[in-house]
Amino acid sequence: MAAFLLRAVAQRIGLLLVVSVIAFLVVHLAPGEPSQVDPMNPRMKPQDIARIRAAFHLDEPLPVQYAYWVRDLANGELRSFQDGRPVLARIWERFLNSVPLFAVEIVIIWTFAFPLGIHAALRRGSGYDRGTIFLAYLLISVPGYVVAYLAILWVVNSFELPVIGMRTFGLETDSGFRALMDRLWHLAIPSLMAALAGIAVLSRYVRSQMLEVVSQDYVRTARAKGLPEEQVVYRHALRNALLPFVTLLGFLIPGLIGGSVIIEQIFAWPGLGRLGYDAILARDFPLILTINFFAAALTLAGTFLSDVLYAVVDPRIRLE
Amino acid sequence: MAQATRAPALPSGSDAATGGLSPQGEVWRQLRRDRLASAGLVVLALLAVIALSGKLLTEWVVVFDPTLVRLPEKLLPPLAPAGTEVAPDALPVFGRYLLGTDDLGRDVFARMLQGSFVSLSIGFVAVSIELAIGILLGGLAGFYGGRIDTLIMRFTDVMLCFPTFFLILTVVALLPPSIWNVMLVIGVTSWMGTCRFVRAELMALREQDFVRAARALGLSDARIIFRHMVPNAVAPVLVAATIGVATAILTESALSYLGFGVQPPNASWGNILSDGRAFLFDAPWLFVVPGVAILVVVLSFNLVGEGLRDALNPRLRRGR
Repeated sequence: MAAFLLRAVAQRIGLLLVVSVIAFLVVHLAPGEPSQVDPMNPRMKPQDIARIRAAFHLDEPLPVQYAYWVRDLANGELRSFQDGRPVLARIWERFLNSVPLFAVEIVIIWTFAFPLGIHAALRRGSGYDRGTIFLAYLLISVPGYVVAYLAILWVVNSFELPVIGMRTFGLETDSGFRALMDRLWHLAIPSLMAALAGIAVLSRYVRSQMLEVVSQDYVRTARAKGLPEEQVVYRHALRNALLPFVTLLGFLIPGLIGGSVIIEQIFAWPGLGRLGYDAILARDFPLILTINFFAAALTLAGTFLSDVLYAVVDPRIRLE
Repeated sequence: MAQATRAPALPSGSDAATGGLSPQGEVWRQLRRDRLASAGLVVLALLAVIALSGKLLTEWVVVFDPTLVRLPEKLLPPLAPAGTEVAPDALPVFGRYLLGTDDLGRDVFARMLQGSFVSLSIGFVAVSIELAIGILLGGLAGFYGGRIDTLIMRFTDVMLCFPTFFLILTVVALLPPSIWNVMLVIGVTSWMGTCRFVRAELMALREQDFVRAARALGLSDARIIFRHMVPNAVAPVLVAATIGVATAILTESALSYLGFGVQPPNASWGNILSDGRAFLFDAPWLFVVPGVAILVVVLSFNLVGEGLRDALNPRLRRGR
């Protein structure tokens, strides 16, 4: 077990290194530089550009620049091109904003997807089953922001729910319960909109897992010995159908960054996805690179977590 | 595949009537029995006609001019007749704007026609790139195994670490804006699934007699892999490709939302939709028309893909 964990961690660190090199190459080999963001600005003189390039080490060969990046990242001295603030601090601050959005989104996805999926599987072929399948298809086939925009129109007019930002303007000084409720109030619509596609995907997955398990012999045996239907479904079938979802938990983690760019943009949520988007617009190389690196690290941590969880939950699997 | 058609049809349980059908015929029959998938197929066939005639009527023989600006006629609702201020040669066909006009007075119907070809070709070109890379790498990994396999699969793992949408966004934003870059980047960042399918199938096929026979005939490795083995692994690839087109169209519309999709004056459904959101109150058709078009087309691709998956999976078929 210990040997497995060690090897898995070592392997992932190796992967992470390769990822950082590729991310670095992608960002630096593509045309466009921080000094060229505003080429029309008459106040940008050639010597200014030279000064900017020198300040950010952009004149050095690529391997040297990479070394600078690794060194600065390691001792926390890596600074953003835009405002000179430490990159890690900026990412951490936005990360803390993204986490509640993400957490509420996951909770919504799981609370809706499971009942929907189980119900559909138990009534396979019924109108309910076909209806939810079609609805799920609709949800994964529409660009996410279309639904979000229509929802904004409806929600703002009929429920007076906030759809912009994280907190009510003027409530910054409030603390404790009121701030918490205000935060949740602002979270409601963005997290629900972010969760829609997830509900569609996960409920279908739950359904197919459940179908697989329901036709197993031990479920038939449980029915044959006269157990009540609820017990058959929830104690015998569902428990076994749940196994793959443990691994899914790990795979969800990277969604924290990639999946959130558009939702955060729509709802003006100051999270990690928008930080990345702004960094891309400003050609802020250290920030782009570090976010990519951070995302890859999260992905690897997620797969690691899912491997370990799987072994913990399923006694048939042994880590060697 | 000629030898495959000769093989006796698998005993398919309840259907005695299928005895004489070839595997392809069987899949086709299954697909047509799936009502949702057949509806999707009909829509896709229509779409192909629309896209081709769109290319024809907006670029080669300009009947509907998508770039013609008529400022007095801006934001007209669908089916509005053209006003008297318009020059005779700038009149729309039938004297009416079938789907209304946008904020520059351009004919939305003409733009949608042009965009249908653009959006569809983004889907197809991106998927072709994805398939080419996936089949090549998956084929090499599955056929040779050993060190080549390890190397390719490690590289696949690295690619899977990146947050896909964020990576696409980074590259598209850094490269000069061009429709080809959008296609290329979507393709290059989404081949990992195909690679894994093909590898798994080829590893199972490697020890089969027909491969041994091909080797004994002295065929080159490339010929064995791509002419003899890959066609046998076509089922999962076909499903992945169909759903891949849907994903690519959605990715393009998401990129358009962030301003990095197909650039004007080219119209794609994604950028018509994205431009339309500014007029959600004044001219909702600018948002609804492309939104519904994307929904219907992506839905059809998804339904056909899922239908194919069911039809190609003999295990599922027997369960019905």
